[in-house]
Amino acid sequence: MSAASPVVPSDTTGLAPSAPPEPSAAAEAKRRLSSPWASLAAIVIAILWTVPTAGLLITSFRPVGDINSSGWWKFFLDPNVTLDNYRAVFTGDDVGLSTYLVNSIVITLPAVLIPIALATMAAYAFAWMKFPGRNALFVAVFALQIVPIQVTMIPLLSLYVDPPFGLPQLAGANAPGGGFYTIWLSHAMFALPLAIFLLHNFMREIPGELVESARVDGAGHVQIFTRIMLPLMVPAIAAFGIFQFLWVWNDLLVALVFGGGSLNISPMTVRLAELSGTRDQAWHLLSAGAFVSLIIPLIVFLALQRYFVRGLLAGSVKG
Amino acid sequence: MSTGEKFLQLLIVIGLFLAVMAVVLVLTSRVRSRVGEMLQTTAFLLPAVLLLALGLLYPAIRTVIESFRDRTSSEWVGLANYEAIFTDDALLQVLRNTAIWVLVTPVLATVIGLVYAVLVDRARFERFAKALMFMPMAISLVGASLIWRFVYSYRETDAAQIGVLNQLLKSLGFETYRFISTEPWNTLFLVVVMIWVQAGFAMTILSAAIKAVPDDIVEAARLDGVSGWRMFRYITVPSIRPSLIVVLTTITIATLKVFDIVRTMTGGNFGTSVLAYEFYAQGFRAFNNGLGAALAVLLFVLVIPIVIYNVRQMRKVEAR
Amino acid sequence: MRSIHLRRALATGAVLVLGAGLAACGGDDGGGETNTAGGTSPGEGKAECEALTEFGDLSGKTVSVYTSIVAPEDQPHIDSYKLFEECTGATVNYEGSKEFEAQLVVRARSGNPPDIAYIPQPGLLANLVNDTDAVVEAPSTVADNVDEFFGEDWKSYGSVDGTFYAAPLGANVKSFVWYSPKMFADNGWEIPETWDDMMTLSEEIAATGIKPWCAGIGSGEATGWPATDWLEDTLLRDGGADVYDQWVNHEIPFDDPAVVEALDRVGSILKNPDMVNGGYGDVKSIVETTFQDGGLPILEGKCALHRQASFYAANWGEAKADVQIAEDGDVFAFYLPPTNDENGSPVLGGGEFAAAFSDRPEVQAFQTYLSSDVWANEKAKATPDGGWVSANTGLDVANLTSPIDQLSAEILQDPEAVFRFDGSDMMPGAVGAGSFWKEMTAWIGGKSTEDALADIESSWP
Repeated sequence: MSAASPVVPSDTTGLAPSAPPEPSAAAEAKRRLSSPWASLAAIVIAILWTVPTAGLLITSFRPVGDINSSGWWKFFLDPNVTLDNYRAVFTGDDVGLSTYLVNSIVITLPAVLIPIALATMAAYAFAWMKFPGRNALFVAVFALQIVPIQVTMIPLLSLYVDPPFGLPQLAGANAPGGGFYTIWLSHAMFALPLAIFLLHNFMREIPGELVESARVDGAGHVQIFTRIMLPLMVPAIAAFGIFQFLWVWNDLLVALVFGGGSLNISPMTVRLAELSGTRDQAWHLLSAGAFVSLIIPLIVFLALQRYFVRGLLAGSVKG
Repeated sequence: MSTGEKFLQLLIVIGLFLAVMAVVLVLTSRVRSRVGEMLQTTAFLLPAVLLLALGLLYPAIRTVIESFRDRTSSEWVGLANYEAIFTDDALLQVLRNTAIWVLVTPVLATVIGLVYAVLVDRARFERFAKALMFMPMAISLVGASLIWRFVYSYRETDAAQIGVLNQLLKSLGFETYRFISTEPWNTLFLVVVMIWVQAGFAMTILSAAIKAVPDDIVEAARLDGVSGWRMFRYITVPSIRPSLIVVLTTITIATLKVFDIVRTMTGGNFGTSVLAYEFYAQGFRAFNNGLGAALAVLLFVLVIPIVIYNVRQMRKVEAR
Repeated sequence: MRSIHLRRALATGAVLVLGAGLAACGGDDGGGETNTAGGTSPGEGKAECEALTEFGDLSGKTVSVYTSIVAPEDQPHIDSYKLFEECTGATVNYEGSKEFEAQLVVRARSGNPPDIAYIPQPGLLANLVNDTDAVVEAPSTVADNVDEFFGEDWKSYGSVDGTFYAAPLGANVKSFVWYSPKMFADNGWEIPETWDDMMTLSEEIAATGIKPWCAGIGSGEATGWPATDWLEDTLLRDGGADVYDQWVNHEIPFDDPAVVEALDRVGSILKNPDMVNGGYGDVKSIVETTFQDGGLPILEGKCALHRQASFYAANWGEAKADVQIAEDGDVFAFYLPPTNDENGSPVLGGGEFAAAFSDRPEVQAFQTYLSSDVWANEKAKATPDGGWVSANTGLDVANLTSPIDQLSAEILQDPEAVFRFDGSDMMPGAVGAGSFWKEMTAWIGGKSTEDALADIESSWP
C-alpha cells in the first residue's frame, strides 16, 4: 500500500548527529531490568497483532467442514490437519502456480529498480541542484501522491494503446515484451511521488560539507552522485526498496488493468483473487492462498531487516 | 511466452534502462560550464518528471475536467456534481466516514507504532518482535481485510462461533455482535484493519528514528534524573519530530486512498463507504463519470492541508 | 519475389471481396457484414463444421474471450471451444475475471477490448454501446442463427435501439423454490400450485417448529441482488408482464403502487420473523448470510423452502458431498407459483450474451459458432456435472445431465412460457447494479417499502 523508507531525523541543533558512544553496560542492564511492565505491554501488543494472522494460518491447514462449523481455536482440542487446501492452490489451474510466481518476479524486479533509480536522481536534483521553481516542483511532486490509481486507468491505457507522436504501441495484442512494459511503466509512475519525497528527506540529512569539499575538488554533479551519494544512500534505498517490493508484489489492480488481460503474464495476486471462485466464502482456499502469497515478501523482509535497524544509522555518520 | 523468454525480457529492460541512464549521465557530465549544469539537472529530473506528468498529472487534470461534465462526459454541467455530493444524504455519509478514517487511523497507528518501538528498543527479542508487528504490511490490504472479516465473523449466540471476537464475547457471557453490519460502529471496526497494517510502518520508521537519537542527550537527561515517561515525552518525542511528521503524512494519504478494505469487507454496504470507494463505485459500476470524478477531485482537495503543513515544516528546516 | 507476394495478395483480396460480396448479398434482417479469410477451412467436409467453413482458413489466428466466469465453471466453457478450434484452425484464449464488469468498461474505453465478451446484463451491453464505440454489430450469420434458435425476446435482449449486437449464450431460470423431496415426503407436504397454497404450506411447516423459509442476500459488493429477484418474480405475477416491462423501462415510476404491493407481498415472507430465517436466525441474518449459504439449512432439516435460481444447484455440493439433485433426491426445485389466474405462468430468468469488439474473420467465425446449436450441445456435453442450460431451442435436452437443468431447459424452450429477463440486469447501472441492491439490503434491515422504493426512484439517472 504505502511505501516508505525510514528517515533519519535532523537533530534539534541542526548539526548532523554524531556517532553514538557505546552505551555503558550498566546503563544497558538498567534499561532491560527496570521495565518488566514494558516487556509485558510489548508482549500483549505483539500477541494482539499476531492473533488474526495466526488464526488464518491455522485455518489454512484445517479441512473445509471444520472451518465452516467451528472456530479455529478448536483446532488445538481436535487437530485435523490437511494439506488439501494448499494442494488446491498449487494445482487446479490451467496455467500453473509456477507461471504466476515467475510473472510476479518478472513484474516486481524492474518495478522496484526503475522507480528507485529515477527517484534517487530526482531527489538529488531537488536536494543539491539549484534551479528556478525547485520548491514549487517539489511540492507538486509530493502532492501527486494523492492521485488514486483508478483515476489513471483509462487515460493511461488509452495512451499505451494509442500513443501520440507515432511512438510504438505498448499495449494490446502486439505489445513488446509480451505486455510487461505497461505494467513496469505504470508501477514506476505510481511509486515516484512517495519515493522522491522520502529519498529527498533522507538525502538532506547527509552533511553538506561532504558535497562542498567534493565540489572544491572539482567534482561535477554526476561524480558526486555516483561516488558520494549512492554509497551513503544504500541503506535508505534498500529500505524503500523493501516497501516498494511489498507494494508491487501484493498489487492486484495495476497488473489487472495494465496487463491487458492475458493470463500468461498475470502475477500471483490475480490467481489468488480468482481462487475464491464464484463462491466468495471459500475460506479454505483463501487462507491457503493468502499464505502462499505471504511467504516471499516475508522472506524478503526478514532477510533485509538489518537495513531497517542498523543501516540508517550508518548512513547518518559522516563518511 | 515461456519462462525463459520472460526472464530475458526482464534482463533486457533492466539492462536497457541502466545503459540509457549511464549514457545520459556520462554524456551530460562531459559538458562543463553552465550549459552542462543545466543539462545535468535536466537529465536527473526529466525522466521522473515526465513519467509523473504522463501517469499522474494528466489523468488528474482530465479528472478535474470530467468533474464538471455529466455522466458520460459529453456535456458541461458546471457545479452540479459537487452540489449533489453536499446535498445527498448517502454521499454526506461518505464524507463523514472518510473524516472518521482520516482522523482516527494516522493518530492511532502512529501512537501504537511509536509505543511499541520504544518498548522493544534494545530488548532481547527486538528483531523478532518487530517482525511480528511488521507482518501485516507484508500481507496485501485485500489479504488483511479477509483475515479481519474472518475475525469479525458472526453467528447467532447459540450457534458455534467461527470468529475470534464473537467467541470472546460469548465466553464472557455477552450476545454475539454483528461487527460488520451494525451502523455506525462498523466504520470503526473497518478502521481497525488499517491501523493493524499501518502500525507496522510507523513502528519501522520511528524505531530507526529513536535509535538515531544521540545517546549523549539521553545520558545527559538521565543524569538530571529524567526517566521513563518524562524521558519519552520531553526527550524522545521532540527528537524524532520530523519522522513523526513523515509517518503521519504518509499514513494520512494512504488512508485517504484506501479502497480495498471497504470493498472486501462490506462491498460499500452498511453505510461504510468512503470517498475512495465511492468514486470507484460511481465511476465504474453506476457509470456516472461526472460524479465519480467530482468525488476524486474532493480527494485531491483533501490532501492540500497536508501539503501545506509539510511545506511549512520544510521551510522551517531550511531556515535553520 | 515481390511479384509473387503481390499476386498472392491480389488473389486473397479477390477472394475476400467475392466472399464479402456474397455474404453481404445473402444477409437479410439485422446483422452486419460478414468477413472471411479466404483459403480452405480445416473443417471443410465435416458435417458439424458446415456453418464455419465459409470463414475460410483461420489457422494461426487467435480469438480472445473475456468473461466473469471463473473456476470451476470456466473449464466447461474452455472445453466447448475445442470443436471450433478443430474446424477452423483458430485458437481461442479464455480469460475469466471477477473484476469483469469494471475492467471490461476500462478496456473498451481505452481502446484495448477483448475480441469477445460474455455480457451478463443487457443493461451493461447498452452502456457499452452507447458510451463507447467499441462494440461491433453482429454479422448476419449470427443474426440468422439467433432468428432460427431463439425467440424474439432473446434477440431483443441482445439488441440496443434496434441494432442486434450480441447472441444469447447460456441462461438460467430464476423462478424456482428449492426444497427437500425427502422432507416433503416424510411430512406429507405437497408441492403448491398457487401462491396462496404456498403460504398455507408455509404456515403448516411453521407449526412443526422450524422456520419454513431460509434466505441469504450477502454477495460482497452485490449484496442484495437475490432480494431484487424476489421482487421481480412477484411483480411479474401480481402486476403481469406488461406492468413489469413498463417498470423496467421506467415508463412507470419505480415506486408505482403495483410495485409497492408486490414488495409488500415479498415482505410477508422475507420480513416476517415467523417465516424466516430458517437455520440462521432472525430477519436481519438474511443480510449477513451469503447467497451461496442461503438454502443450505434445508439439508439439515432446519428450513424447508428457498427461492433461488437454477444455478444454485452448484452450491449444494459444498454442504454435502454426493448430494442428489433430483425429484426423488436430496433437493429439488418447484416452479414458483403464480399469485392469480390472469397473468399466466411467468418465468424470470437471466443469461449472458456474446458481444464482439472486432469484425475480424476469426472473431466473426467464433461468434457464429457460439450462437449455433452446435455450441449449445457441445457446452452441455462439456458440463458433465450439470449446472448449465441455454434457451437455444437447438439444444438437445438429452445432453443435459442434471434433472434441474432439464427442467429449466423445458421451461425455457416452452413456446407458451411468458419469459422475462431479470429486471435489475436491464436497468441502468446506477440502479440495477447500485441503488436497487443497496435499498433492498436496507429494506431487509428495516427500511419501509415506500422509502426504499422511493429512494431507488430518485436515483434513476
